[in-house]
Amino acid sequence: MNIKLFAIAALGAFATACASTPPADDPEPIEPPRSAEPVDRGPSEPAGPTPGSTEHFVQTAGDRVFFGLDRHDLTNEARETLRRQAAWLASYSDARILVAGNCDERGTREYNLALGARRANAARDYLISQGVDPSRISTVSYGKERPTCTQSNEQCWAINRNATTSIVGSGYTN
Amino acid sequence: MTRLLALAAALVASLVFTGLSMAQEPLRVDVTRGNLDPLPIALPDFAGESEEALSRGSDITRVVTNDLASSGLFAPIDPAAYIEDIENIDLRPRFSDWRVIDASALLVGSVTIQDDGRLVVAFRLWDTRLEEQLLGLQYRTAPENWRRVAHKVADAVYQRLTGEEGYFNTRIVYVAEGRGIEGEPLRQLAIMDQDGANPSFLTDRSYMALLPNYSPNSQEITYVSFLEGQATTYLYDLETGRQEALFSSAMRSAGLDPDGQSLSARFSPDGESLAVSVETRSGHDIHLYDLRTRSLDRLTQHPADDVEPSFSPDGERIVFSSSRGGGSQLYTMNRDGSDVQRITFGNGRYTTPVWSPRGDLIAFTKQSGGTFSLGVVRADGSGIERILFEGYFVDTPAWSPNGRVLLFTRGEPRTDGTRYEIWSVDLAGFNLRRLATGGMASDPAWSPLIE
Repeated sequence: MNIKLFAIAALGAFATACASTPPADDPEPIEPPRSAEPVDRGPSEPAGPTPGSTEHFVQTAGDRVFFGLDRHDLTNEARETLRRQAAWLASYSDARILVAGNCDERGTREYNLALGARRANAARDYLISQGVDPSRISTVSYGKERPTCTQSNEQCWAINRNATTSIVGSGYTN
Repeated sequence: MTRLLALAAALVASLVFTGLSMAQEPLRVDVTRGNLDPLPIALPDFAGESEEALSRGSDITRVVTNDLASSGLFAPIDPAAYIEDIENIDLRPRFSDWRVIDASALLVGSVTIQDDGRLVVAFRLWDTRLEEQLLGLQYRTAPENWRRVAHKVADAVYQRLTGEEGYFNTRIVYVAEGRGIEGEPLRQLAIMDQDGANPSFLTDRSYMALLPNYSPNSQEITYVSFLEGQATTYLYDLETGRQEALFSSAMRSAGLDPDGQSLSARFSPDGESLAVSVETRSGHDIHLYDLRTRSLDRLTQHPADDVEPSFSPDGERIVFSSSRGGGSQLYTMNRDGSDVQRITFGNGRYTTPVWSPRGDLIAFTKQSGGTFSLGVVRADGSGIERILFEGYFVDTPAWSPNGRVLLFTRGEPRTDGTRYEIWSVDLAGFNLRRLATGGMASDPAWSPLIE
């Protein structure tokens, strides 16, 4: 329940923040605010997330970078987020990650599966350029099959065009 | 005076004769224009000697009627208007009774239940104006196959009256879409008869299954499975339910990441190979997979994504979509990767090319501005594209085995998200109908005609 409320609040904040975003057919990448993503990883510990945990990663680095319509190139903001991810990964050298590429629903299915792979690979390649060992990173494309936001509007589609990093195998267990 | 009368009589006679000769042209339904003027046909319940046979007879008539009506080429006449009661199909019907209710064609049939329980379904198709039998056939079958037989009857009528092979005795594999307890998307493969009967699931809820395609012998499908986390091409045997990941070892021997993506694979017409887009170091490229040697050959080498390959019916060429020109457009090439030709040039993103079983056309999805459309273009790229349907969202066209009808995924926005259904439209852009799936559905694959 708390999570849902948080998600709705986050979406509301996003909609307001995005009031000045370009029209849907503008090819420029859209920059959703970093804090906009609904977090669905369970309620936080009252005392703050355990260092090295997924929650800690989300809070300190940000787990998600966003892409423009039909784009797979990284925006400046995406690069910033990925640099923070790389720094976090340098501090928790046991952690291994899965980078998942996602797309909005305004594209055909197979096309989006390929586009999602490009997004995941773009994020992975940048993390590697920031010193993350390639063997710690795996990638997957969900195409448009696992949207964060299921409504049919531009705000939702912008949220769904992302590469999301999650912590998969590290020393710690949640 | 008598001469004048004689002349007038001759004139009348010639008029009557002309009228008659026009009426005596054989019944023919033009599949390209039939929707404008569907053929009125009477389909009285198939006769039977016992209550059980009568009841099965009316079941069969209902299925045949529904098949013929769904094509848009036939207009079944309301049984309440029928005058003659058909009890014996071996007697000539009273044609005037059928002409007076405007039935150009009349289908009569009977069901006999043999001592061993098997059904004998016999039927005759009549031209009521020429008073000629167009077709007389009978099928013998196990009782549980009565629907198959009904579809065969409909196919026979369709073929006799249009000159084209029918498509009613076919099955459709598709993706049943739903949401799980926590709102997570569910995508399960399901199979049903072309008219929506006999639906069942092929895969369970534990993983997503997408983009099925039929083998030429209808026994197998390929599909994209998330069973292993990553989109992976699977081969699924419809008889046994056995399935396997197709390319993992072939990708390793081809020097590719065995955990990389493999997408929707389509069979060559001879059933011996598959065309598929597989993830390479530089993106996605079209590969040819030999089902006997289990080897993967790379056909395209472009840094842009090349996806969605589909064979021509002669097996010589492959159409695919590629972003090599900037936005996604359609290209054809030889089955060895040579002679690449671009065939679409319009504004917008062209995806999901599927080669028609007749060979002359390629169906596609086009995304332009805020709308999606379903269209066809000549396979050699000449002429102009024809748009058959335009809407909020379109994906995954699938041809009927006779190349006259297309199924496609259609999405419409709702307050709780986009609703996906499978719709059909004929090649003239007429007869738009929703396919009778239980709930939300997408990604239709149409089987070949079942023998």
